[in-house]
Amino acid sequence: MELLLIILIGVLYATGIFMMLRRSMVKLLIGLILLGNGANMLIFVLGGITTGKPPIIGESEKILSGIYADPIPQSLILTAIVISFGLQAFAIVLLKRVYVLIETDDLNDLTTPETDI
Amino acid sequence: MTDNSIILPVIAHLFTAVLLIFFWRKVRIQQAVSVAGNILILGFSIGLFIKTWRAGYLTMQAGDWQAPFGITFVSDVFSSTMILLAGIAGLAVSIYSTVGISRHRIQYGYFPIFHFLLLGLNGAFLTGDIFNLYVWFEVIIISSFVLMTLGGRKPQVEGAIKYVTLNLLASVMFLTAVAILYGLTGSLNMADLSLKMAKIENRGLVNITGLLFFLGFGIKSAVFPLYFWLPSSYHTPPSAIAAVFGGLLTKVGVYALLRVFTLIFIPDEFTATMFTIVATATLLTGAFGAFIKRNIRKLFSYLIVCHIGFLIGGLGMHTSEALAGTVFYLIHDIIVKTNIFLAAGIMYKISGTTNMDKLGGLYADYPKLSLLVAVVLFSMVGIPPLSGFWPKIWLFDAAFSTDTWYLLIAMIIASFITLFVIARLWSDAFWKTRPVQEVPPTDDFSAMSWYRRSLLVTPVLVLAAVSLYIGFGAEHIARLSERIATDLKDTAPYIKAVLGREIVNF
Repeated sequence: MELLLIILIGVLYATGIFMMLRRSMVKLLIGLILLGNGANMLIFVLGGITTGKPPIIGESEKILSGIYADPIPQSLILTAIVISFGLQAFAIVLLKRVYVLIETDDLNDLTTPETDI
Repeated sequence: MTDNSIILPVIAHLFTAVLLIFFWRKVRIQQAVSVAGNILILGFSIGLFIKTWRAGYLTMQAGDWQAPFGITFVSDVFSSTMILLAGIAGLAVSIYSTVGISRHRIQYGYFPIFHFLLLGLNGAFLTGDIFNLYVWFEVIIISSFVLMTLGGRKPQVEGAIKYVTLNLLASVMFLTAVAILYGLTGSLNMADLSLKMAKIENRGLVNITGLLFFLGFGIKSAVFPLYFWLPSSYHTPPSAIAAVFGGLLTKVGVYALLRVFTLIFIPDEFTATMFTIVATATLLTGAFGAFIKRNIRKLFSYLIVCHIGFLIGGLGMHTSEALAGTVFYLIHDIIVKTNIFLAAGIMYKISGTTNMDKLGGLYADYPKLSLLVAVVLFSMVGIPPLSGFWPKIWLFDAAFSTDTWYLLIAMIIASFITLFVIARLWSDAFWKTRPVQEVPPTDDFSAMSWYRRSLLVTPVLVLAAVSLYIGFGAEHIARLSERIATDLKDTAPYIKAVLGREIVNF
């Protein structure tokens, strides 16, 4: 299971970077989303994967005993997902706005800031 | 020592921002509330600074979850100094914005977002938890995205695409580094991490994680070769926004680098050499970039990049003297960089252009204002006894004593080029007679009432006074920087203050 997830993370990072290097704005956006998901999966895997051991203290016990799933990475991922959701929503609106203004999907045409106003 | 009042500057910004949202369309009330809020927060920041200076370290455990399990806020002399500087710059920009930001932009929520940005900055300075630092960085970047695109002019949104993309990439790199750090140590508290990282035997993995942090913070603080987003976006938003970006946003990246690379990762020889080489390249590319620019605000953007090199170089040398020089330079740079963008805004209001070919004759028209701008510009260059001079002595001396001759040469070249471009800017914009144009530009500045003009000039005057104080009262700032450098070198008191117990077997 770990190996599968690790390969998946590698693929997500690689395709994310690859898509960001393309000239199309939509592909740039897809790249950003994939990269964000890759990072979230990485937190998940590095927190350690355990099956069927929720971090819940039984009624007769005082503390957790034995191996249990670490709840911290899950809360970190939850935070990161919410943040990246907001940022991606902003990025989509921004790209839409730029598309309306310059009427092209090509990042190479974004040259207005370079010319002296 | 536990003290819950250290969070006041953060809470006060949140309160002001929320209060401002209630007056969404009422421009005058928003301006008054924002300035009043910033004056109050500056008061809190001064109070926090004095308290921290006396106590050394103040901590707050969120929800009384003891470190390393809860989120810790730590105010040491370094963070409280940064909060004080952010308070000063925030107040100045807020006063300037009352006239410098158009009514239209204020009605679309300029002031609330501005306070959210300062909230994020103060939070990032105070936090003692690495994931919490990530969250504050996100607060900062989402606010800066909105500020950068507010108004939606074509160059603004196009510059914003580069800015947004690179900052999102930086966040992902930062998050990746945090993930690996958690996998290595099982902790997120920076003081706890400091202890646990020292014990890890696989130093290669530690270095790689450190480099990921450097990549993340390096993009944000615009070091070579990751700075290209900065000169193509910082000149597009209005001057007040560019001022707070140029003064504080890149510096929060440097602050994070200084924090992480003194507390968690102590640079070994490889990392230190990489820092000095990156700093050398940053100094040279920034300086040469500024050399060829004819637009004042683009020139200033390249100078931001150039002067980041001094800070990274100081971090790379990593002696007490170099760190003290870095901190001194950071203090000077925040005030001066904020100020030059505000001054550029006034010049734009007068001439209607920021192109040096079209500027001219400002000294003949506004002699007093020109002298004020001269103080600002030459403080940045570091002509003795103005403020930029003193930290450079330390940095040069540290470069001599650590034998990093290439960094020394780059620092000297960068200083000379800064002097040259500023002198050329002075002679072009102020001394040269204004070139004749077919359509003579309208002077918005002299058309304003005396009251509105003074609202524009006062922040520049106040910040210039602060940088004059940094120059002439250099011994006070030197004492402060030396104390911060000692704190950064000897982290045991910090760790003890956070974890609340003596450190065993360290």
